[in-house]
Amino acid sequence: MSTGTTSQNLRGARRPSAPTTAAGKAADYLDQRTSIGVAVKAFARKVFPDHWSFMLGEIALFSFVVLLITGVFLALFFQPSMALTTWHGDLPQMHGQLMSAAFASTLDISFEVRGGLLMRQIHHWSALIFMASIVVHMLRVFFTGAFRKPRELNWLVGMLLMILGLAAGFSGYSLPDDVLSGNGLRITDGVVKSIPIIGSYMSYFVFGGEFPGEFIIARLFTVHILLVPALILALIGLHLFLMVLHKHTQYPGGGRTHTNVVGYPLFPAYVAKMGGNFFFVFGVLALMGGTMAINNVWNYGPYDPSPVSAGAQPDWYMLFLEGALRLMPGGAEVVIGGYTLSLNVLIPAVVVPGLLFTFLLVYPFLEAKVTGDRREHHVLDRPRNVPVRTALGVAFLTAFVILALAGSNDLIATHFHLSINDITWAFRVLIFIGPWFAFWVTKRICLGLQRKDRELVLHGHESGRIVRYASGEYVEVHTPLDEQERWLRVNYQAHAPLPLAPAADARGVRRKGYAAEKFWHRISKFFFEDRVEPVTPAMLAASHAHGDHETIEVSHHEKGALPANATRHDVER
Amino acid sequence: MSENPPPNSPRSRELGRTRETAALVHADRFPDPGVPEHKPRLTDTDARAAKRAERTVTTLFVLSALGTIGSLVAYFALRPDGTVPGVRLSTLALGVTLALSLLGIGFAAVHWAKSLMSTKDYIDDRHPIATSQEDRDVAVLALKQGVEDSGIGRRGLLKGAMVGALLLFPATIAVPLISSVGGDWNVSAFRHTLWERGRRLAYDPDGRLVKAADLTIGSVAHVQPEASEEERTSHEWITEKAKAVVLLVRLNPEEIRSEQRPGSSYDGIVAYSKICTHVGCPVALYEQQTHHLLCPCHQSTFDIADGARVVFGPAKRPLPQLPITVDDEGYLVAEDDFSEPIGPSYWERLK
Repeated sequence: MSTGTTSQNLRGARRPSAPTTAAGKAADYLDQRTSIGVAVKAFARKVFPDHWSFMLGEIALFSFVVLLITGVFLALFFQPSMALTTWHGDLPQMHGQLMSAAFASTLDISFEVRGGLLMRQIHHWSALIFMASIVVHMLRVFFTGAFRKPRELNWLVGMLLMILGLAAGFSGYSLPDDVLSGNGLRITDGVVKSIPIIGSYMSYFVFGGEFPGEFIIARLFTVHILLVPALILALIGLHLFLMVLHKHTQYPGGGRTHTNVVGYPLFPAYVAKMGGNFFFVFGVLALMGGTMAINNVWNYGPYDPSPVSAGAQPDWYMLFLEGALRLMPGGAEVVIGGYTLSLNVLIPAVVVPGLLFTFLLVYPFLEAKVTGDRREHHVLDRPRNVPVRTALGVAFLTAFVILALAGSNDLIATHFHLSINDITWAFRVLIFIGPWFAFWVTKRICLGLQRKDRELVLHGHESGRIVRYASGEYVEVHTPLDEQERWLRVNYQAHAPLPLAPAADARGVRRKGYAAEKFWHRISKFFFEDRVEPVTPAMLAASHAHGDHETIEVSHHEKGALPANATRHDVER
Repeated sequence: MSENPPPNSPRSRELGRTRETAALVHADRFPDPGVPEHKPRLTDTDARAAKRAERTVTTLFVLSALGTIGSLVAYFALRPDGTVPGVRLSTLALGVTLALSLLGIGFAAVHWAKSLMSTKDYIDDRHPIATSQEDRDVAVLALKQGVEDSGIGRRGLLKGAMVGALLLFPATIAVPLISSVGGDWNVSAFRHTLWERGRRLAYDPDGRLVKAADLTIGSVAHVQPEASEEERTSHEWITEKAKAVVLLVRLNPEEIRSEQRPGSSYDGIVAYSKICTHVGCPVALYEQQTHHLLCPCHQSTFDIADGARVVFGPAKRPLPQLPITVDDEGYLVAEDDFSEPIGPSYWERLK
């Protein structure tokens, strides 16, 4: 190498197209240190499918950002301490009262810090919307089958995020140390104590001694502002990383397959829409915080173990647990060998959420097992095309809603002048019948909608045009579906139950693993016994060739073929 | 359904079904029609509509800026005076202007994207998530070489020592943490309250002593143990009070059908723990006519005239009764502590 080029090299090799603009120079500077060009190349025009329901997860993300912004504001003024102090603010009903520093600083944030009450209210509303958007987002993912391979693990990450959201909400709710949240903590203490064997010690673990002690606010504060948000942030990172890695799912439609993704490029359309959505979510939350009062702690007063307010409700995402606690009859508490097993608390507070979370946790794996389907799925299901999944989802949702309503039974009683005992009894019955009924109705509706699709594909839309033949017969002309609509209505797979080989092999020897196979066959039959196969071109051709007397074929293997044009519903009646 | 005409009827000619279906007869599945044709928006075809949309977006951004200015004005002009209406007004003004500032940007950006940015569909390919077989082979080889390099397979003792050390070290943090986090871990404290023989009953919250003569039939009093001002402003008080609060009801002595310990009441005055035996809410709603005491949290209902028996709801056990009498000066006093732990059940409660 000659000396002439050495000095040139020391200053860094000039690229052929040296940037001249300020932005170009800045980008060049950054790229030489981070190779950000690779990321920009990969992501700037990355295609995202478009659908309003893909915004639900965004709402959750953005309300979390709002929680962080308002939370930092609140943390600058809040004192997470149970040390007793006398408040000297202007509010007459609280002036001169003995209270914890936590409650006093909550009053200060509300009345002394300008904009403080606004931040408190935005923070609380954001928490409610955060949980609501998580739940609705989960419902979208569930009902469209977006949890299927390869996204099962991301579904689990989402589940953890929901549980952490509950933890964040719960720990934050208790921080002001007012009468309402204090009684909430006391209920928590009662639930913790009901845990067999270690309950008392768990209570000491949580409170640092007997309830309420002097540590719980500081502990919840650390959980609320450090532990849980850090975990949520890390898991959001993982959630989004997996989302980008898998590329977003897309709704079914022309040209949308499992090997492509159809949509708009990230930049500029999605940047604008997502950025706009953030400001929209923040704006709506600000409007709620500004106009809708929430958690007026000065009306409740500082925590005192004696008073309690009637008609008190936890935040909505805790209502189902509260409702379960209210419904459970007390007789369930038993004493075994001198030890008390509080099933009247354990069942509603531990078993009920346990069932719900277990269902959500195992469902993707259960469905993979009963379909025997190991392919990747990137095109979403229409909920009608997987009737049992949809029905199970609606059944669990119904149970959740019934329990949440039971958690408001006192308000129902006072608003509608009903007996609280009657309402409680009605809910006790409903919680068993409601989900079952919802399952049945939803499954029937799904099958009905599938038959409707089939009907439309085979015969087209009614046009309203009546034609008279030379023979004098009147018919209504049906307009065939255009190919996009037809594709939407036929492009699905109706899974059949897993096949079950005979118990004995060809030589009459009982096969190993037959019992397990039979078990899964049964479960699979529960899922896919009733199904409506998509119309094939052959059926359509047959329909046109033979006039109109084709049957609506419902595969219903066990109970025999149905008569032409009959739905199973008709037969059962 | 039944009105479909035969193939040579006016309808099938008109819509050309025969020709189309003939081509598809033998396929199992319909062909994918492909991505639908892009439909241009009004703003794509009409320059004036595009201009209008541009003006709308601009206006929205300007509204946002006005909202920000408004929020600053509200901040400086509306000084809350520490009263509830004052704070409410300030919160309303700040919230609405903040919302205007944010929603202006939000609506502007979304409207811009929807009306002016391209809505033509793009298609990206997806690739299988799984790593290719060659890459997997390289990965496995890399790990094998690493394991080989470390010699962990051959050095069993070393492996055991490493695993042991790694499993043990968390104890250095866990043991001190767990041993301290539960205070003194003396859970037998659940069994005792401040009540003892001779401790006077005082009104909650003001601490005045309760005279039997002050209570008329049908009246209810919320009661705490008598304690000095110093005690009541101490840190420990809230924890003691959380166990000791009592509800006092004066009944007509004939109305008392049963008591938990005969003679625990004084002249129709009964005292029961106010802490629900379900999960520990204060039981505070008393209905004079029925002598029912209702927990507002989960609606456990207790019959005060019948030994606080559970008549409805999720609680199993009656509220523990505090045995009371009067002292020489006519003040109500406790005869003893509760005979069982108050509040929610726990595993070793009866031991």
